Amino acid sequence: MSTRQVRLTINGREYSAAVEPRKLLTDFLRDDLGLTGTHVGCEHGVCGACTILWNGEPVRSCLLFAVQMNGADLKTVEGIAPNATELHPLQEKFWELHGLQCGFCTPGILLTAEALLKEIPNPSEWQIREWLSGNLCRCTGYQNIVTAIQEAAKTLAEIPR
Amino acid sequence: MVYIGSRVKRKEDVRLLRGIGKYVGDIHRAGMVHAAILRSTHAHARIVKIDAAAALKLPGVVGVLTVADMPGLKTIPMRTGVIPGLERSQQTPIATTKVRYVGDPVAVVVAENRYIAEDALELIDVEYAALGAVVDARASMDPGAPQLHDAVPNNIAANFQVNVGDVDAAFANSDLVLEEEFTTQRHSAVPLENRGLVAEWDEGRGLLTMWGPTKMTHTNWRILSELIGLPQSSIHFIEPEVGGGFGARGEFYPEDFLIPFAARHFRKPICWIEDRSENLKAMNQSRQQKHRVKIGVKKDGTIMAMDAEILFDMGSYTRTHGGVPAIAASAMLRGPFRVKNYRCNVFCVLTNKTPVGTYRSPGRYEANFVRERLLDIVAHRLKLDPADARRRNLIRHEEMPYDLGKHPFHYMVYDTGDLPGQFERALERFGYESLKATCAAAKLEGRAVGVGIGCFVETSGIGPWEYARVEVDNAGQVVLYSGCNSVGQGIATALSQIVADELQVAIDNVRVVHGDTAKVPYGNGSNASRSTVMAGSAAVGASRKVKDKLLRLASASLEIDSADLILRDGRVVARGAPERSLGFAELARLALPGPALKSGMTPGISEEDFFATDKRPFPYGVHVAAVEVDKETGKIKILDYLVTEDVGRKINPMIIEGQMAGGLAQGIGGAILEEFVYSEDGQPLSTNFMDYLLPTAMEVPNAQLISTEDFPSPHNPLGVKGAGEGGITAAGAALANAVSNALGVEVKRLPLKPDYILQLIKDCEAAG
Amino acid sequence: MKPANFDYHDPTSVDEALGLMAQFGDQARPLAGGQSLVPLMNFRLIRPAHLIDLNGVNELSYLTADDHTLRIGATTRQRELERSAEVAKRWPLLRDAAAFIGHIPIRNRGTVGGSLAHAFPSAELPVAMVTLDASFILRSTGNQRTARAEEFFLSYMTTVIDAEELLVEISVPSLPANAGWSYQEVSRRHGDFALAGAAAVLALDASGVIHHARLTLTGTTPIRARKAEEFLLGQKPSEALFRDAARRATENLEQDSDIHASAEYRRAACAALARRALMQAAQRAAEQMTGTSL
Repeated sequence: MSTRQVRLTINGREYSAAVEPRKLLTDFLRDDLGLTGTHVGCEHGVCGACTILWNGEPVRSCLLFAVQMNGADLKTVEGIAPNATELHPLQEKFWELHGLQCGFCTPGILLTAEALLKEIPNPSEWQIREWLSGNLCRCTGYQNIVTAIQEAAKTLAEIPR
Repeated sequence: MVYIGSRVKRKEDVRLLRGIGKYVGDIHRAGMVHAAILRSTHAHARIVKIDAAAALKLPGVVGVLTVADMPGLKTIPMRTGVIPGLERSQQTPIATTKVRYVGDPVAVVVAENRYIAEDALELIDVEYAALGAVVDARASMDPGAPQLHDAVPNNIAANFQVNVGDVDAAFANSDLVLEEEFTTQRHSAVPLENRGLVAEWDEGRGLLTMWGPTKMTHTNWRILSELIGLPQSSIHFIEPEVGGGFGARGEFYPEDFLIPFAARHFRKPICWIEDRSENLKAMNQSRQQKHRVKIGVKKDGTIMAMDAEILFDMGSYTRTHGGVPAIAASAMLRGPFRVKNYRCNVFCVLTNKTPVGTYRSPGRYEANFVRERLLDIVAHRLKLDPADARRRNLIRHEEMPYDLGKHPFHYMVYDTGDLPGQFERALERFGYESLKATCAAAKLEGRAVGVGIGCFVETSGIGPWEYARVEVDNAGQVVLYSGCNSVGQGIATALSQIVADELQVAIDNVRVVHGDTAKVPYGNGSNASRSTVMAGSAAVGASRKVKDKLLRLASASLEIDSADLILRDGRVVARGAPERSLGFAELARLALPGPALKSGMTPGISEEDFFATDKRPFPYGVHVAAVEVDKETGKIKILDYLVTEDVGRKINPMIIEGQMAGGLAQGIGGAILEEFVYSEDGQPLSTNFMDYLLPTAMEVPNAQLISTEDFPSPHNPLGVKGAGEGGITAAGAALANAVSNALGVEVKRLPLKPDYILQLIKDCEAAG
Repeated sequence: MKPANFDYHDPTSVDEALGLMAQFGDQARPLAGGQSLVPLMNFRLIRPAHLIDLNGVNELSYLTADDHTLRIGATTRQRELERSAEVAKRWPLLRDAAAFIGHIPIRNRGTVGGSLAHAFPSAELPVAMVTLDASFILRSTGNQRTARAEEFFLSYMTTVIDAEELLVEISVPSLPANAGWSYQEVSRRHGDFALAGAAAVLALDASGVIHHARLTLTGTTPIRARKAEEFLLGQKPSEALFRDAARRATENLEQDSDIHASAEYRRAACAALARRALMQAAQRAAEQMTGTSL
């Protein structure tokens, strides 16, 4: 099986690897690169657990092949926190307001929320729910996630850009 | 600070938020290979031949296992929900001569990676001789139906009755007797993380290590030991992060045998992670019941008697939780209402579908839907407000503890509570009376707006016992070894709060260890909302023994009477002389074997406790829903929703509200969206996430979630009642009642699909 | 659910892509957004031996408008269509239709051409394109032809595209002045495939009479309700009129049945949505004429 060399940037760091064409981006991230924060929930693009940011936009990594990612600029959950000791305001608010239980959907939701707040810094509740509608959560009932995003939006608005 | 009762941030969260929590799919072992299960594509068939020759030739394939490789195969036993008869339809971990559902394991492929394993699955040639399949429970009981198991005639795996009071006399005494039939649809837990296991066999030391087992780790540990022929001391289970359980994760599934068996057979670490299409065919399904209920009432709505027949569709095999959905439904059908005369005939029926297990509030979600619908129908007939029909029958505070009468398999004495008080609180907070006026006004405008109530009593905190060991380590850290499990519910935080309060330490100085059989020798796991009750109570017991030991050690060292010593901020402090104190780390040093043995004390600061009980605490409450139905499209909009639940005592209100919110979302899914549909010949039709519909953030409204602690339970030292299931349990009931109220129809089944709604409207219009 | 093996090709020009399509014929599948194709591959329902990745063919992605026509390159993302100010101003039906497609991450990758070529029943862009009298340019090595939207969709997930062809451009004519529009849909959940959908465009003359009417309903392929359209021409908008039109549009309307809804339900829902679409289109048309801002 012929492999292709792929060079891409993830969370600001360069990676290079040989991949076979059919390897899904999710498996490449998790198995080849050890970035296991991106989770696999369905492999048909519905649950959103595999959501990552490509050029800042949320996409399903289970519907991308690693070979497509040459030159791509990606962000995964491991890249959300500013460093190993601090958390991003979204993470802080999710923690404070009980925005997660089992944590399986959380990486995808955090990234989606981050993209949302960049595009709409002061979203309405409807906008938050609409953006989240592509991320399934089976544990929380979404209520605390919505509140956490609203609160994080306020925090982020106070941070000079 | 006092931790119990406060909204402490969860200790589990930071690693999960950073994406560094390790779920079973994140575990890598050197030399690890990957398994895939070949599953039956027939609902009912004899296996004629399995030919794996082509698969074995595929580069990257390590091997293929079938029943031929597993001599002496035993069936997977039940852990609970045992009804005599159910043992006849237990499942062998792999199909032997027949397959009985689409998804039944037929072979195991092991390969270098999952991609190649799936390639190999396609190369295994299985010859089936199809047998007729039966998918309807009633049809399955007919003498002519295909028989699934030789030992089970008419596919009736079990049948039992409940008989309380004198039902026939009570009916004779009733002003109105109604009989109705209700159906709840097959749906289930569907957690976001699929099931998985990593098994590694150390040939040199004869040690089997497994990552992935959860929920009832120690019971599964024992079951595997018996099935695989290895002593428990040669098996080590480790619980990773778990992506949700809801009653269906952590059963002893066929794969719980197949994967470790394969690991030993091939002498390689084996990873098995199911994909979603397997999960929707092979993880326990639930909720499919048919209830035929006769109810007798007086003109004023007083319930005289209920007589029910329940058909529990259990799928094709008995699973580890046996007949729990049937037992619970028949035990809790009366809910919070005074029904002194009650009869129930329960059939556990086999069908050629995925086997059935527990799903959050098993049997009760179904029973509450049935009973609350029935009450509304009665109210309608008697021209009573549905709230009044309930008020008349709610069990009062003075009647507690309330004995519902004997049930062959279920504990039946409600402990404490003020059900009418909770009921009034719910209706008042929801604005029920003014909402009724709003609904009436809307109807005049041609809009279908309605209100629905669903009352419940939940069961929780099942025994019979739980284990805890608390120790203080060299650095003064407190470690709790608990027999419970984590499926994402936050139990480690709740237990930390309990231990921190008992020993007066900061919560960050408490670590909770669970799910690891090398560290925790006994446990009954986390199911049926038992963990805070049982593991919490055992943690209290062990903590108190540790407190004793700390005081004794300090007493000997400080030469102060124990009675004059208190715990404060991680130290033992002399009352009135705070400068005389010893920290936990210092006390741990004093307890080292050298010094301890010299002073005649047992070394170490480590104490075990078992908390045992044969009673259960019963949380209770009310769901109220307001909906608007689009009469042309059948779409339901939830305008407002409220859940109240008394949980006896709140350890962490934030976690409790989270349980209520999450349960409610699942309850809404069950009421409107989720269903496992099968074709007539047993082919599953809901095998992806476009067909099995989980509610998204757009379908779940903001709800009012009111947890109260009015009536602690006398059955455990904490006074708690388990809060895991109150949020889901009456959602089907409340929404079905609200929709019925909005449209002036009588809903008799779930889910409330748009085409069912339109059919109800049409039938109602036709009937004039 | 891992896909079967395939050879991967990443052309950088349309000619190169077409050359590969010609070379591999029905052994090849073009990959655009992948939001429909890759799930099918992961389920192994589709197993192309050759995958032709069009995402590097930059010349296929564009959104340009002049006075008469909107031209959409086939690999233009659905999200771009949804966000375009020009589309919102002059072809708002497309924006509304696009907003119903799945969820934002899907639309970030999914393409306009991909959705049309995939031709899934009840999909929004096919219905919208039929309503807007769009036409599609199909190319193969050495040939180019144009197909009108209305004749493009043949049957269940089948279009007129040949094995060696690629849909390269969608061309949408301007709407009549002051046209009102509406896209109505009902689905089990937000973002799901429609159980029923209706798209309408209406334009009124100075005396308030309908002089342009388009009504399309969902079905196995988009169903243009010609009889209803003819009925509407020359009439003045009213609820009764639209109820009648909706009835005509859905009499004997062929609909699918599946686990989500019966054919009977779909027909009834289509009638309701058709009426609502016409009402909203008429209202917007009237607002445009009086200059009321929306």
